[in-house]
Amino acid sequence: MSLIVTDLSVHHGAIRAINSVTFEVEVGEMVAVVGANGAGKTTLLRALSGLNRSVSGSAKWNGKEILHTKPELLVRRGISHVSEGKSVIPELSVRENLTLGAIWRRNPAEAQQTRQDVLEVFPRLAERIAQPADTLSGGERQMLAIGRAIMSRPHLLLLDEPSLGLAPLVVAQIFQSIRELAASMKLTVILVEQNAMSALKIADKGIVLHLGAIAAQGSAKDLVADSKVRSAYLGY
Amino acid sequence: MYTFINTVLIGITSGAIYSLMAIALVLVWRSTRVVNFAQAGQALLSTYVGYACIQQFNSFWLALIVSMLAGALIGAFIDAVLMRTLFRRVSHGPIAGVAPIIATLGLLGLIRAGLGLFVGNQDVIIRPPVSNVGYTVAGHTLAFSPLKLVIVSTSIILMIALSILFAKTNLGLSLRAAAFSPEIARLAGVRVDRIRTLGWAIAGAAGAAAGMLQTPNGNGSFSPDSLDFSLLLVFGFIAAVIGGLESLIGAVLGALLLGLVLAFVLTYISGSLVFITAFVLLILVLLIRPQGIIGAKRGRRA
Repeated sequence: MSLIVTDLSVHHGAIRAINSVTFEVEVGEMVAVVGANGAGKTTLLRALSGLNRSVSGSAKWNGKEILHTKPELLVRRGISHVSEGKSVIPELSVRENLTLGAIWRRNPAEAQQTRQDVLEVFPRLAERIAQPADTLSGGERQMLAIGRAIMSRPHLLLLDEPSLGLAPLVVAQIFQSIRELAASMKLTVILVEQNAMSALKIADKGIVLHLGAIAAQGSAKDLVADSKVRSAYLGY
Repeated sequence: MYTFINTVLIGITSGAIYSLMAIALVLVWRSTRVVNFAQAGQALLSTYVGYACIQQFNSFWLALIVSMLAGALIGAFIDAVLMRTLFRRVSHGPIAGVAPIIATLGLLGLIRAGLGLFVGNQDVIIRPPVSNVGYTVAGHTLAFSPLKLVIVSTSIILMIALSILFAKTNLGLSLRAAAFSPEIARLAGVRVDRIRTLGWAIAGAAGAAAGMLQTPNGNGSFSPDSLDFSLLLVFGFIAAVIGGLESLIGAVLGALLLGLVLAFVLTYISGSLVFITAFVLLILVLLIRPQGIIGAKRGRRA
């Protein structure tokens, strides 16, 4: 089981937002995709989860092509996407948002069990289970968004900027939870982050995107240590 | 005193019918962002199916169910065949927003003309399934008959069934999620296209029920070009807008308010002011509270 992306391009009309990107992710690995604003990080995730299907090239999950497939079908194949900007539905309650994440699953007992697991990782959600999601704080919303994605028992988790707009302390807490979840559920994770340093700290591998192409990739440790990469793309 | 009570009773009865139509319009608006003018045509066609069923089996109740099923099928068909194609063909560009709405206007004309071509434009009659003679209380005949009781209670039963569907079932959760945030619903695994078609189907059934209840409440007769269905659409729209267009509860409250206001104008002022009042109410609500009279700031609720 692995994700193999070959020559992936994403087209916005005549413009290529992602230009011929090739990389591999081993099962159980956490890969941080970092880079400046507009580097194509979100576009890359949206192509992998099926939200953007103006794509060419190939992306194979467990040997099967995932490009050009609708997100509602990919989630059934174990790919869960937490989209940019706290992907929860504010009008629904916390409980409903979680239920929604498992709505296609046939076994209610299993879904119930998964909800228990999610609430153990995010006890704050248990306290607010009956509240509408729009009454949650930013950090709690992000927890709910991740919880919603976990409800489908994914194997590949795509996370778009979980740190966006959150206080450093909350970010640390969320990253810690992501680590725990990944380990306990044997998740493969692709973590898109503006916050390159924090992301590379918890990731195994890193990919640096620059203007829609891969500028550098390798083990997260090496990337952090590489002074050229740091000064050119990570900005510190 | 009896005049007042009768006016309230008339208002509630017509409000119940408007609310079914308003619910139909709100469901389609929420699920596909289309203002569905064809809803009047769909209701007309479904009521015709109901009429044919009464001719065949002589049962209003069976006909009501058959007509709602027909309404659901017609609604689902329009969404799955016409709307889905249209959304694909005009997803961008200046007419993307209005093309589906204009298409429903065209469809309304098409259904009316098509039905007229097939069955002719002469009036047909749906007789009340129960007596339409008002109950008598202390020597006064009320403007509330067994028929009106049937109309009000059928509407209430349908509304309760809908609220249970929306609030308590996974299907209802999918419908709400797809309406509020299609992208996140998709990511969660909701098959949004199918769910939208289901929204159109439920709307079609609600519209059919409105048509089947309205006809015997009036003089019982209707034809493909009768005005009653256009008025049903217009009043349904006004009720939905008063209710904020997003909320089913709002649609019901808007319909009751509209029904009551019109009944009072009819009784205490003049029958010729009914339409003017309805449209003035619509414009006033749009000018003063465009989010609807009960539309909360937080907006979209079940």
